[in-house]
Amino acid sequence: MSCKLLVENLNLYYSDIQALKDINMGIDEKKITALIGPSGCGKSTFLKTINRMNDLIPGVRITGKMTLDGEDIYSSSNDVTLLRKRVGMVFQKPNPFPVSIYDNIAYGPRRHGLKNKGRLDEIVEKSLKDSAMWDEVKDKLKKSALSLSGGQQQRLCIARALAVEPEVILLDEPTSALDPISTFKIEDLMQTLKETYTVIIVTHNMQQATRVADKTAFFLLGDLIEYDETEVIFTNPQNPKTLEYVSGHFG
Amino acid sequence: MNRNKRAKIADNIATIFLYIIAILVIVLLTSITVYLVYRGIKSYIPKYMSFSPDGLGIQLFNTLYMVLLSIIISAPLGICAGIYMAEYAKPSKLTDIVRMSIETLASLPSIVVGIFGFLVFVMLTHSTWNMFAGVLTLSILCVPLLTRVTEDGLNEIDQSMKEGSYALGATKWQTIVHVLLPAILPRLVTGIILAAGRGFGEAAALIYTAGLTSDVSFSNWNPSSITSPLNIFRTSDTLAVRIWYLKGFAINPDKYQIADMAAAMLIILVFIFNIGARITGRVIERKMIGSSAIKSKKKSKIN
Ligand SMILES: Nc1ncnc2c1ncn2[C@@H]1O[C@H](COP(=O)(O)OP(=O)(O)OP(=O)(O)O)[C@@H](O)[C@H]1O
Ligand SMILES: [Mg+2]
Repeated sequence: MSCKLLVENLNLYYSDIQALKDINMGIDEKKITALIGPSGCGKSTFLKTINRMNDLIPGVRITGKMTLDGEDIYSSSNDVTLLRKRVGMVFQKPNPFPVSIYDNIAYGPRRHGLKNKGRLDEIVEKSLKDSAMWDEVKDKLKKSALSLSGGQQQRLCIARALAVEPEVILLDEPTSALDPISTFKIEDLMQTLKETYTVIIVTHNMQQATRVADKTAFFLLGDLIEYDETEVIFTNPQNPKTLEYVSGHFG
Repeated sequence: MNRNKRAKIADNIATIFLYIIAILVIVLLTSITVYLVYRGIKSYIPKYMSFSPDGLGIQLFNTLYMVLLSIIISAPLGICAGIYMAEYAKPSKLTDIVRMSIETLASLPSIVVGIFGFLVFVMLTHSTWNMFAGVLTLSILCVPLLTRVTEDGLNEIDQSMKEGSYALGATKWQTIVHVLLPAILPRLVTGIILAAGRGFGEAAALIYTAGLTSDVSFSNWNPSSITSPLNIFRTSDTLAVRIWYLKGFAINPDKYQIADMAAAMLIILVFIFNIGARITGRVIERKMIGSSAIKSKKKSKIN
């Protein structure tokens, strides 16, 4: 089994508050890994260390090592914009840009220097097909992305992330603001995505984790308590705290 | 039940009160406009409505030309300064001082800015009153306003939009140019309208800088010639300056009629400009974010 992403002794501090404590884990290529745990335990923080979005927050300090395909993510020679091209992210709240559907998807490729109109057209079509919304929007690509429903906007954000052809996709509670049908569509989508991409998803929804994830990691107060096959985490966890959490008796 | 009723009555009173104020404002605005335009028409003397040496056409041209030039100068400066303040300046004492200076500058009386312009752009350069000195002085009035509008606009943008752009591997500058500025474009248009409005109406800042007269010939379009309308180093009086001059010092027997005509022209000019700029703004916005989004933005204002 090949590890796409390897995390060794990772610690993260917001000024003097430690948000991640000595995390060690390996994330498998072309699998879905779920991160679960109570609010404030550091799931989003962990996710954001992978594409270095934490660089934007003043006062963040990180120790330890994180490697993508053996390359140190935090080494000074690593270009952040290239890293973020390889590691895409979809946020909890859909955040389309106030431009057309087409321009939203073309945004990433354009910023990375692609100007060829024909090639952009191809990418837009492919990304929308991959995120299963081509048929819904193919006639209104010039319409504003803000005119889409919340669920469509979120899938557009996924398409936008796919357009730069990343290797890893980070999803931070991508369905928490969506209705069951949109949620189902996105879960469905993840199953196809994992054929090509390594997917890491934060979720508060236990059923969702069991439905989609190959492996699940349970975080608690900045510690990685347990990390195993999803089935093991939900049926036969080794740590009593995990059992307490997944069985809903946490408190 | 009782409380509910009271709240309803309070709500009704507030609504009526706001309606009355809104109507008062509209009545005031229309009556000023109608009155000025009416006086302008009543005082109409055809020979002043022309581009001949006596005509107001020269001042009309000067007004438009100078405002245009000052916007060309102040918009890039103001917008860049606003971007710097919102996106690059680290929160510090110095930044606070800069911000306070900009605010002070924005509220300086224009006569003071006019004297500054006179000292710096006229005296220091050993020149006499000229249009360019006036344009620069107008720009000093516009820059702080545009800086403010840009900075406020950028600060109000949803953080998540920025994150979305960074997460796709865009650089900070790309994010500013391709996401943030388009998102505040409608506000920038409004800011430019306000700045231009200030330029149209400005007299005090121009009397010591651009001068009180114009001597041009509309058959000479060689910008290097001093009598060409395009020459920026000639003296140049705007409609507002002309009104001020006519009402005060002129000895021309028709002076009050000319002033009335100039006032009517000025107010019509401002109207046309505002409407034009708003339509342009809407067209740009529609092109960028799509018409349906504008519609839904309007709809979302529930009751
Ligand atoms: N920008 C920040 N500055 C300081 N502290 C922060 C910041 N962001 C998060 N934290 C702290 O770090 C800890 C972990 O936060 P994080 O957002 O990663 O939690 P989470 O597991 O994603 O929670 P949720 O499920 O509610 O999204 C929390 O205690 C939070 O208060
Ligand atoms: Mg979170």
